[in-house]
Amino acid sequence: MTTEVGTETDVKKEPEKVQEDQQQTDQPDQTSDGDAPANTEEHQQGSQSAEAPTEQEESPEPRSPTPAGEQKKEKGISRFLPPWLKRQKSQSQEKESESAAADVKDGEQEEKGTKEKSEDQPAEVKEVTGEKSKTEEVQVEEKDREEQKSVGSADTQPVREETEGEPDENHKQQVNARETPSKLTKKMKMVVCHVTLLDGSQFTCDVEKRAKGQYLFFEVCKHLNLMEKDYFSLSFKDSADQRCWLDPTKEIKRQIRNSQWQFAFSVKFYPPDPSLLTEDITRYLLCLQLRQDIASGRLPCSFVTHALLGSYALQAELGDYDTEEQRVDYIADFQFAPNQTKELEEKVVELHKSHRGMTPAQADIQFLENAKKLSMYGVDLHHAKDSDGVDIMLGVCANGLLIYKDRLRINRFAWPKILKISYKRSNFYIKIRPGETEQFESSVGFKLPNHRAAKRVWKVCVEHHTFFRLTSPEQPTKTKFLTLGSKFRYSGRTQAQTRQASTLIDRPAPYFERTSSKRISRSLDGAPVVNVAGGDSMGVGENGPTLELNSDNKVVDVEKPSVDVDTSVSEQTATHVADSAVIKSKLRVQGENIYVRHSNLMLEDLDKTQEDVLKHQASISELKRSFMEATPEPRPSQWEKRLTGSPATTLRLQVSGDPQKTSPHPENDSRDGSKSSEVIPDVNGQMEVVEVLEETVVIEEVVKARPKSPAPDVTTESGTAPEVKEEQSLSSDSESEDEAEYHGQTPSASFCVQQIKEEPEEEEAELNQQALPLDAEPQPIREPESSAKEEESSSAQPDEDISTEEVSMTPDEAPNGHVLDTEDLPATEGEEPHIVNGNVSRVETERLPQVICCSEPPVVKTEMVTISDTFAAQKTEISTKEVPIVHTETKTITYEAAQLDGNGDGEPGVLMTAQTITSESLCTTTTTHITKTLKGGLSETRIEKRIVITGDSDIDHDQALAQAIKEAKEQHPDMSVTRVVVHKETELAEDED
Amino acid sequence: MAELLAGFGCYTHAVVRAVPRSLATQALRSGNLEVDPLKVQQEQEYYVSVLTQRLGLEVIELPADETQPDCVFVEDAAVVCENTALITRPGAESRRGEAEAMKRALTELDLNIVEMTDETATLDGGDVLFTGREFFVGLSKRTNQRGAEILADTFKDYSVSTVPVLQGFHLKSFCSMAGPDLIAIGSSEAAQKTLKIMQQMSDHKYDKLTLPDDLAANCIYMNLPNKGHVLLHCTPEEFPESAKVFEKLKDHMLIPVSNEEKGKVDGALTCCSVLINKKSKI
Repeated sequence: MTTEVGTETDVKKEPEKVQEDQQQTDQPDQTSDGDAPANTEEHQQGSQSAEAPTEQEESPEPRSPTPAGEQKKEKGISRFLPPWLKRQKSQSQEKESESAAADVKDGEQEEKGTKEKSEDQPAEVKEVTGEKSKTEEVQVEEKDREEQKSVGSADTQPVREETEGEPDENHKQQVNARETPSKLTKKMKMVVCHVTLLDGSQFTCDVEKRAKGQYLFFEVCKHLNLMEKDYFSLSFKDSADQRCWLDPTKEIKRQIRNSQWQFAFSVKFYPPDPSLLTEDITRYLLCLQLRQDIASGRLPCSFVTHALLGSYALQAELGDYDTEEQRVDYIADFQFAPNQTKELEEKVVELHKSHRGMTPAQADIQFLENAKKLSMYGVDLHHAKDSDGVDIMLGVCANGLLIYKDRLRINRFAWPKILKISYKRSNFYIKIRPGETEQFESSVGFKLPNHRAAKRVWKVCVEHHTFFRLTSPEQPTKTKFLTLGSKFRYSGRTQAQTRQASTLIDRPAPYFERTSSKRISRSLDGAPVVNVAGGDSMGVGENGPTLELNSDNKVVDVEKPSVDVDTSVSEQTATHVADSAVIKSKLRVQGENIYVRHSNLMLEDLDKTQEDVLKHQASISELKRSFMEATPEPRPSQWEKRLTGSPATTLRLQVSGDPQKTSPHPENDSRDGSKSSEVIPDVNGQMEVVEVLEETVVIEEVVKARPKSPAPDVTTESGTAPEVKEEQSLSSDSESEDEAEYHGQTPSASFCVQQIKEEPEEEEAELNQQALPLDAEPQPIREPESSAKEEESSSAQPDEDISTEEVSMTPDEAPNGHVLDTEDLPATEGEEPHIVNGNVSRVETERLPQVICCSEPPVVKTEMVTISDTFAAQKTEISTKEVPIVHTETKTITYEAAQLDGNGDGEPGVLMTAQTITSESLCTTTTTHITKTLKGGLSETRIEKRIVITGDSDIDHDQALAQAIKEAKEQHPDMSVTRVVVHKETELAEDED
Repeated sequence: MAELLAGFGCYTHAVVRAVPRSLATQALRSGNLEVDPLKVQQEQEYYVSVLTQRLGLEVIELPADETQPDCVFVEDAAVVCENTALITRPGAESRRGEAEAMKRALTELDLNIVEMTDETATLDGGDVLFTGREFFVGLSKRTNQRGAEILADTFKDYSVSTVPVLQGFHLKSFCSMAGPDLIAIGSSEAAQKTLKIMQQMSDHKYDKLTLPDDLAANCIYMNLPNKGHVLLHCTPEEFPESAKVFEKLKDHMLIPVSNEEKGKVDGALTCCSVLINKKSKI
């Protein structure tokens, strides 16, 4: 345990160490972003056992040019980094053995987790004989929980220990899961998944607890003998009873959160021309889906059509009408329409008689040929309001976006007409290509019931656009440096690709058993529950979340790695956070945030006893450079720490009451953990925080990304990010908290659709990942999504908490320095980029040595790091999403480098000097130097720089941010960037309301 | 129903109504033109003869009602698609009574009758353009949103899009179907703008037949057994330039039908009949 503790601290310290390194120079703590996940694991594990190696390993990735790397090696960094992965196993074992208590805790946690899971799901958690798997898994959960708990306070050390162990395990697990769930040699927790198939039958499948959606989906397809599977997907009901699509690239657990492991197999993309499907079995399944849609009323049609389609269904299921055997009531078991009348049944029978000689396959084809012509075929409806508050429906279909008012189509935006789709809070926007006679592109905004709904629509649009309009999925192109928003992209096959693939199907037509009539009727009646409800449910469910209180709870629950969840969570959190945070922030003078307009780059020293503000450009540039160069070491995000640490957070979490929830959500957990860790561990290191605020003026809301150099934030983010990134590769869902943009492109194929905002998330994520590795505790990272959600939800709280903390300047927390972030947040809130001096206020202590390498940025660029909404939520103080009218949005992303452990946590140093320099150039920069004397007699200097970048949406914020960081590094080669806080504020031009 | 689109233009029956003497003096009109009752009568007789003798449709001719001067324009009183008929609630209060006779006639034809009972709804059949794939409902002085909603509820198989009628009397005062997926459209700015909106609103690609005269864009397309594509359109005397455009349609059986006098009271070719396809009935 002690070791672990040490490791934890180390982990945390890593950043700190990094910070220490900072003195030397900000090294790129960040290893490679891409490696981030693995690294994180490694780091964590390594941190425990092999410190130096890990660091080294990591360092290479990070590009740590600075001496900090060396220091890191010496200290915790090495521990944290690379070795972990390798040693994880051993470490985990060690941890287990060493920390019996930890194990116990883990076990407890596991149990809890299992319980939670079990609660969530009917599914049973089975412990596979895996040796370590249990511990690992448990640890993961534990970590999350621990983190959460740790947040509380007292438990910090033990928790940390656990967390340490957990991270390793988590990493392993994650890795395993990613690689091959089945291959996990270790103990594997198996969960029983129940999948409702289209014929109403249940498919039960044991799935490794951390398996991704893909695994289950493939299992189902295998069971169905389905090859043309790209039109289908699995869905589940979230806590708000909304149908959510299971992202194949993400872990199931993170997506369903506390929901049961109950899924529905259904059609996601309705082929416009079913006759082009290759196999009869595919058409058959589509027929089953449509029968459900029709019987449930989701696909409205006339009496005659009901009769006709019903008759084809009968022909397909029963064959020719048998005058003798079949009585008129033989069709009573079938449901052909929402309101089935005797008259209809008679008509169906009459028509059925006319289909004599038609084979089932032919009947299916006829069924589809008629069904596809229905106006609502393949239209995914979402409740919304227009700019005037009028209730409308958004229909996403193969050809574009349809706008309905009641039953009437009042507008239509074909994909080619749409330049960009985005969402901000609960608003959904589309940018329209200017018409022949128009000079300017216009934007149309819609108000969704809540943030989750907005995100859901956005995702569905992204997916449909990609599937139907593109020839190949959009590649996550260039990752812009710091971008906020969801990075989500559809990564599956497009229709073109799936058709191509279908032509290669070379197998005899598979035999498949058609459902009996009874079954059908059942499926029609019952099955719809999952799928059918989806469309309608959205409205209702969304409404629910709207309530802040509800939202919080929901947030925790709801927030999932998956976009939807995150969104909701973020929204909720955002709102709460925003409110509280904003208020707090307002109260406080957020130190040094200077908003030019868009972004603020702030370098903060962890120790903030006092702050003098001097304006410098040079310093800024240096900071930037250092930041860029430095490899960010992941640490538990300050947020997490804060969350965990801050009583409020804990309380909230508890209130939300679902530990499970938290645990399930890695992000949150991670964040929490990080926070807690931060708190617990004393960050001796100097923290440099670079806050970048980006504001987007355009329709898109302002996104504030706060990159915090300190690891903690990073971790948090990373948590989300990693999943996102990795997963994204597959499915590409990053869940942007509040906003996300998607630029539709022409069918031509390649898209650059991703908007900056989304990218930023990714980037952040990457950063986080890196940070995580550094941090001994990977947990946050792995479960980023969920954690993110939680974070989001919690973040709001955390923000508040943080802010308070900062104010109070709690030593422990303060040291972590991430308090700064909090401060930043408030600043951000001040929608307009105003300078908040608040950071300065952080006087709280920052652990001198913490060297946070924000170097990640480069990495980030390379990779797509999506900073999911989570981040935003966490960091951001997003005004209540629910508030229909949002003028400005703020997102804050904090990247923190690893913090140095040890130096008296929270012990406020003695402020020796402080100065603030503000310079203006492209951006407005405010630099604050804070020198403190720490316990050990060491002095630590922190430099905080705030850079405000103002510009239109067109401005490349990423680039600007990168430049700023680069400059900062150059200016202070001997310093490391410990924290980058990106604050994005966007003003909605004329959004709805 | 068997095939939603297959039967576009296929008709077996037509409902028309005799011209009341009151039309010449009392019928609503946007212009202030004098109408020659005799000429109107002649036009109507020729119109009906084309439907019956030339095209072989079974025509139900309702007696005129002198208290309803506009009753000859039966199109506004009902929208029939497949075997469902929506009895409308005309925007002009003076015309509300016309629906009664139409309802009876359509009931006798064994159509599923849907009545527009909502008193806030108004809909003139002249504002309803059915393309075979979907409905466009012009929001005009005579037709409102609610009327369109009811129409959408009545014909659930089809999407119903609303388009503004920027100018002119009815939506079909400047457009109509001239063939499968072929929209005849006037060349006025307002007409073109409306067409653009329709094109934007639709998932289908329609061809367009642009006519120099807006009013000439109202024609009647039918696809009849043994006759193929049939088009009733304006006469060269009325709209010489537009008639030339129609004459370029090689695949159609072109039947110029004079509508000059009825046009003075805003009556177009499509206004004078409700076409029904009893065969389409399942």
